[in-house]
Amino acid sequence: MTVKYTPDHEWVRLEGDLAIVGITTYAAEQLGDVVYVELPALGKSFAKGADMAVVESAKAASDVYAPVSGEVVAVNEAIVGNPQLVNDGPEGEGWFVKLKLKDPSECDGLMDAAAYRTHIGG
Amino acid sequence: MTDTAETLKSLPLDALHRELASKWGPFAGYDMPILYKEGLMAEHAWTRSSAGLFDVSHMGPSFFGLPKGHGLEPEDAHKRVASIIERLVPSDIQNLKPGQIRYTVLLNDRGGIEDDLMVARPSEPEAQGDLYVVVNAGCKEADWALLEKAAAGDARVVRADDRALLALQGPKAEEVLNPLVPGAGEMRFMTYARFETRLFGRLTISRSGYTGEDGFEILVRPEHAMAFAQALLGHAQVKLIGLGARDSLRLEAGLCLYGHDLDPTISPIEASLGWIIQKRRREAADFPGAERILAEIRDDATHSPTLRRKRVGLRPVGRAPAREGVDIHSYGDKIGVVTSGGFSPTLNAPISMGYVPPAFAKAGATLDLMIRGQKHLAEIVDLPFVPHRYKKG
Repeated sequence: MTVKYTPDHEWVRLEGDLAIVGITTYAAEQLGDVVYVELPALGKSFAKGADMAVVESAKAASDVYAPVSGEVVAVNEAIVGNPQLVNDGPEGEGWFVKLKLKDPSECDGLMDAAAYRTHIGG
Repeated sequence: MTDTAETLKSLPLDALHRELASKWGPFAGYDMPILYKEGLMAEHAWTRSSAGLFDVSHMGPSFFGLPKGHGLEPEDAHKRVASIIERLVPSDIQNLKPGQIRYTVLLNDRGGIEDDLMVARPSEPEAQGDLYVVVNAGCKEADWALLEKAAAGDARVVRADDRALLALQGPKAEEVLNPLVPGAGEMRFMTYARFETRLFGRLTISRSGYTGEDGFEILVRPEHAMAFAQALLGHAQVKLIGLGARDSLRLEAGLCLYGHDLDPTISPIEASLGWIIQKRRREAADFPGAERILAEIRDDATHSPTLRRKRVGLRPVGRAPAREGVDIHSYGDKIGVVTSGGFSPTLNAPISMGYVPPAFAKAGATLDLMIRGQKHLAEIVDLPFVPHRYKKG
């Protein structure tokens, strides 16, 4: 199981031809209390870097970008009903969507955990 | 202008905030604490249930007064300085009682709002001829220049923004402050008094705030600011609150944020602030933009469509917050715009304020908010969203 990261603070967990996507712990801490999440429709396809979801804290709205190209095959309805889950477990039960990978080679361009830690100045 | 670390000013209590704040941001030229470690929702709830301490030293406290040695009797001195500030504001300042505060606005010649502010009359006979005037941070230099210009030498501005201005807000504010400043608890909402204290020097205190809760705004000299803040924070019921929760609290209270809900094109009538213009001033019609504003008062009373827009409260039906800049539609036509919006921790729901034509400005009317291109149904509601709990009477 491989976890990769984007410069925009999404994480991607690769399981076969599926990519599970969420926002990083760092991003969730920066946002603060999440009060609203908007997820894409099942079956919708996104190109890498496209606006895919929205996450809003009490203070501001942020876009979540597709870290890789793919089709939405599952969404985490739990975080729509209880957005606090994104703060409680951003890299676990607070996942956003599962994408069916269009081009697995896109994953090679993402950061590994060490590179991401450097990126956020850790 | 971009805010950079080099040009930002620091608050007098910066060292205290450095220890406790978790998120900083530039605001009106100051480097300000946005969040403390517990976060916006916890800070907001704490203020509504206990007492929140806000450092609002970036704002523009000042004294607007007659020249020294004016030689007038106290009552005449007040009437004189009040008549000078009335050149710019539409409220009745002359008939303020000693120790009374009024919320008002600075107007331009077109009847638009240059800033909103508090004007207080001192209670001491020897202080008559002075007014305590608190303006917004982002407008303070321009406001003070406007006041000096309108006074044309008849009165002067003495700025007091070198001092710390602290707001203590919430249901426990009185029981926290009164032991430190005996007598402060006897003040009523929208009154003003000065207290000489042994430990903290002279404190200039207003029973007022920007949260909808009971509370105080306290001006303290810089050399006593840290000791005073520490004394308040020594109380288990007091926590520091950042600018983030300050905004969500004022929005729940239906209070305007200058530069967002108010601007130089918006009149007090459009802003649903007609109550700030007392009868004497309406009859005298002697304030800037009086022609427009008095016509709008008539249009508002008769529901005439010549009044372009009114500020209203909006409750989205779903969970999506409608923030500043979101268009308001009715049957596909754009009819207005959201000027403030976010999430209400108290109501656990999104809330917004915005401007719509008077025909729509009725509680219960429904509209569409265009959030990221999608229609979201919303209802017009009366303001405030959360009832005020001021200490009146």
